[in-house]
Amino acid sequence: MSLVELHAIHKSFGALEVLKGIDLSIDEGQVIALIGKSGSGKSTLLRTINGLEAIDDGVIMVGGKKISERDTDLLALRLQVGMVFQQFNLFPHYTALENVMLSPQVVKKQSKPEAREIAEEMLTKVGLADKMMHYPDQLSGGQQQRVAIARALAMKPKVLLCDEVTSALDPELVNEVLAVVRQLAEEGMTLVMVTHEMRFAREVCDKLVFMHQGRIHETGDPEEVFANPKTPELSSFVGGLA
Amino acid sequence: MSEFSLWDIVYNLLLAARWTVLLSLTAFVLGGIVGLLLLMVRTAGNPWVVRFVRGYVELFQGTPLLMQLFIVFFGLPLIGLDVSPWVAATFGLTLFTSAFLTEIWRGCVESVGRGQWEASASLGMNFTQQMRYIVLPQALRIAIPPTVGFSVQVVKGTAVASIIGFVELTKAGTMITNATYAPFTVYGCVAVMYFLICYPLSLFARHLEGKFRNVAR
Repeated sequence: MSLVELHAIHKSFGALEVLKGIDLSIDEGQVIALIGKSGSGKSTLLRTINGLEAIDDGVIMVGGKKISERDTDLLALRLQVGMVFQQFNLFPHYTALENVMLSPQVVKKQSKPEAREIAEEMLTKVGLADKMMHYPDQLSGGQQQRVAIARALAMKPKVLLCDEVTSALDPELVNEVLAVVRQLAEEGMTLVMVTHEMRFAREVCDKLVFMHQGRIHETGDPEEVFANPKTPELSSFVGGLA
Repeated sequence: MSEFSLWDIVYNLLLAARWTVLLSLTAFVLGGIVGLLLLMVRTAGNPWVVRFVRGYVELFQGTPLLMQLFIVFFGLPLIGLDVSPWVAATFGLTLFTSAFLTEIWRGCVESVGRGQWEASASLGMNFTQQMRYIVLPQALRIAIPPTVGFSVQVVKGTAVASIIGFVELTKAGTMITNATYAPFTVYGCVAVMYFLICYPLSLFARHLEGKFRNVAR
């Protein structure tokens, strides 16, 4: 059974329909890349998966359970689905350690030592054991993003959503973040990422989803899809990147 | 009228100034509590509640404080509540303060970016947790200087309570003037006392402004 199932998802912003019936299943351990031009709906789709965008129509199932718009359902959903943002969105008034500890303590009601242990473990995992006491504005963009990844991981989500996690970074900082994502993929974490890093997507992902005008236009094995795009849209998208 | 020395005037004004301070503090604390509640329900976002709070704020910002006190003082007896000047003044100033503070704080809460709400939501926090751990701590830092600055307005606003017969600093000044026929001296002393209460608050607000400028944490 799939971990997350999206069925016939529709979403409009005013008169603009950005998602026109999306079906997608995410299996455990799968690493999925969502690609497409800006405005194709890929970020919106990602945000619907953890309820940051309410859907107009369709069904989201997590672990076989249908998610409704009720707040309790949303909170339950978000315990399973973590998210990392383009702009990091660290809490500026807390240290790196506190950023990571906060949710386990507040949401999961873990004791402070427990939360601290997990937070230290996660920050060590992303290579920031020596930066725990730093505030976000004392960290580079790449370090901030790694804290954000650790913060999401501390909640032990079943799926991690990554929304263009390297797009706001200076080029020389991209690799340290991608290395962390790659490591997660290798450890078997289920990942869904919106990305413009095509080479990375090709190397790391096992499913590529190409979105075009609010629909899933083409999907498949990354190597296969990049080598033999079946539709002219994907062909031109891939060609435009090369 | 030689039995009134300057010291007598100052002494009696000082006694009355205690009421000014007490009324200011009460109105500020109660107004702050009401303002915070209004802020919370408004931020939670029910459209009817948002409309109500907006109307409330505009009502109190759009009418003179004096009228508000008159309406409280003369209006409450009409519905069977006989209130003392102290209660009427406290009540009126609390409403006035809450309307202004909730508006000041709304701006501060809105200055906390959408990304902070989204990040905390994605971590599974509910609205109360988001407010308590993420939004309010950041908003309060921004809010402290203008809030302290507004407290000066509250102190000066208490002078209006003299009209409904509450004996605070201004009312005491009027009464002493009637006895001494020395309005310039008396009101001069009154003004100095208001200044001595308000100026430190202004300085404090300015100090905080410098301290919190560009500091996120």
